Amino acid sequence: MATQLTPPGDDDRLRVFLVDDHRLFLSGVQGELGEDFNVVGSAETVEEAVEAIRRLEPDVVLLDVHMPDGGGLAVITQVRSTHPGIQFLALSVSDAAEDVIAIVRAGARGYLTKTVGPEELVAGIRRVHGGDAVFSPRLAGFVLDAFSGAPPSGREAAAPGNDDLDQLTPREREVLRYIARGYAYKQVASRLHISIKTVETHVSAVLRKLQLSSRYELTRWATDRKIV
Amino acid sequence: MPARRDWLGFTRSADDRMIGGVCGGLAHRLGVEPGVVRLATVVLATAGGVGIILYGAARLLVPVAPPGEGVRRPPTARRAVGVALVTTGVLLLLHAMGLWFADSVTWSVGLAAAGSAVVWTRAAEDERERWRGAMQRVVGEGRLPDLRSVGRIRLSIAAVLFATGAITFLVTVDLTVAPDVVMASLVTMIGVGLVIGPWLQQLLRQLGEERRERIRSEERADMAAHLHDSVLQTLALIQRASSTEEMTRLARGQERELRSWLFGRRPDQHATRLGQAIEDLAGRVEDRYGVTVQVVLAGDLDLRPDLQAMAEAAGEAMTNAAKHAGVAHIDVFVEVDATDARVFIRDEGRGFDPDQVPGDRRGLSSSVVARMRRHGGDAIVQTAPGEGTEIELVLPRTIDEQ
Repeated sequence: MATQLTPPGDDDRLRVFLVDDHRLFLSGVQGELGEDFNVVGSAETVEEAVEAIRRLEPDVVLLDVHMPDGGGLAVITQVRSTHPGIQFLALSVSDAAEDVIAIVRAGARGYLTKTVGPEELVAGIRRVHGGDAVFSPRLAGFVLDAFSGAPPSGREAAAPGNDDLDQLTPREREVLRYIARGYAYKQVASRLHISIKTVETHVSAVLRKLQLSSRYELTRWATDRKIV
Repeated sequence: MPARRDWLGFTRSADDRMIGGVCGGLAHRLGVEPGVVRLATVVLATAGGVGIILYGAARLLVPVAPPGEGVRRPPTARRAVGVALVTTGVLLLLHAMGLWFADSVTWSVGLAAAGSAVVWTRAAEDERERWRGAMQRVVGEGRLPDLRSVGRIRLSIAAVLFATGAITFLVTVDLTVAPDVVMASLVTMIGVGLVIGPWLQQLLRQLGEERRERIRSEERADMAAHLHDSVLQTLALIQRASSTEEMTRLARGQERELRSWLFGRRPDQHATRLGQAIEDLAGRVEDRYGVTVQVVLAGDLDLRPDLQAMAEAAGEAMTNAAKHAGVAHIDVFVEVDATDARVFIRDEGRGFDPDQVPGDRRGLSSSVVARMRRHGGDAIVQTAPGEGTEIELVLPRTIDEQ
């Protein structure tokens, strides 16, 4: 059953909803987040999650990538068709590039592995709510891998306007490399002598490319998971 | 008008019919495939035309049941054998009565029909569909079917056609006794082949199925043994662990092992890629020092001796970080671009002054830097007291793998 933990009231903290089919993990995360956020509810199946999220309209949904009945991908595509304002942050134990890329292309604004520490999770939720992207080192690694080398050949001739979507700028690449090496956004900013805001802008631009690019590697990963 | 139960006990079929629905209706009543009854009718037709006469009589006397109505028993192989025996009996009776065209005609057609019936009833449903489709294409469009779509049964069809052709030949051409015998035995052999062939084929298929099942169950036993040896042991240890660090270390080690089981490589297999070698070494550091090491890969290469050395240098750098940095987490990033392979090992620990390293702790300079330089690469150490440490290993891709 989808559970509604606190009645909608005068709590002005961010409203967070959790979707995970592992009850243990759900209760663990609820404990970690209870201090900083208003955890409005949780669900263990795709169907319950979609219904409860549409009803409760939380600010941020923490989403497990791997669930029965189509998993996190199904939740995100169904909810975003009716409530495009709700932000998603994906959590997973999976290291498979295709899963991560697919969920980000479906609209998640970031991806963290489940082993992430509580502070990082809290920071990630705030960042996603602010419209920024959350790149774990692993996601940064995948993106660098997928965008490595030359842009896909033949595409320039076909759609020259899309060219910039298929390639990272040197600066974006630099930012991603620092993130992949384990630097926090703040540390990246100080290493590159730029503001955190600029780092966030670069990362959001990369997220946009990740979602819109038609690079072969990305579309292959996405179509493998039955989304385009 | 409701379907009237006729004195013959069956009705003609409205939806399963070739001509008048007689064979379809009778087959449903008897509980055999309609094809079996149709073949029996054809065989009886060769005996003085009795089959045709019986069919005509039934066509006139038996009423039609509306689609979906009428008695319908599920076909079984045993009842089909029954129909075949009855047909044979009737044939012998007709033979004794003298209602007969020729031995070669009836027995050949009978054998061919029996063979076809066996093939038909033994064939899997999807094979029958392909057969039906192929027949329709032959009949409807007047060209040869795609042989691939007919599959294994095309030989049987060819045999039946051949048998029919041979019989027609025997009937129309006036032959002396000797060729008649040759043809008859040839046709008989084909008929026997048709009867035994499907059985042999099924036997072979069953053997293959059993073999696959055995492999599967061996794999299951292997996995169960592994789960018992390692996962259950770890869970028992976790319950007895005295500290959370100990617990984390055990859980982390088990997670890593399960992952490599599930996603490809068994723990006892050697690494064949740079990324695998570094992940293995990271695992060892995790086990020994109770820290977490996150390895992120962007690109990978087949493991060559110089890359092996690079992986070992990275392992040494991880060990250093685990021993001296005083933090519980180490980040490792492996990057391969067009010209170089790079590995970054980073911690946010206490750092050090590279010029003040005591003589007995030369681990970093000798194991890491010297090793990289020996293989044509380099190592760059960035650190300062209180500011963490990052070691960058770089190795040019002199011998390209492609």
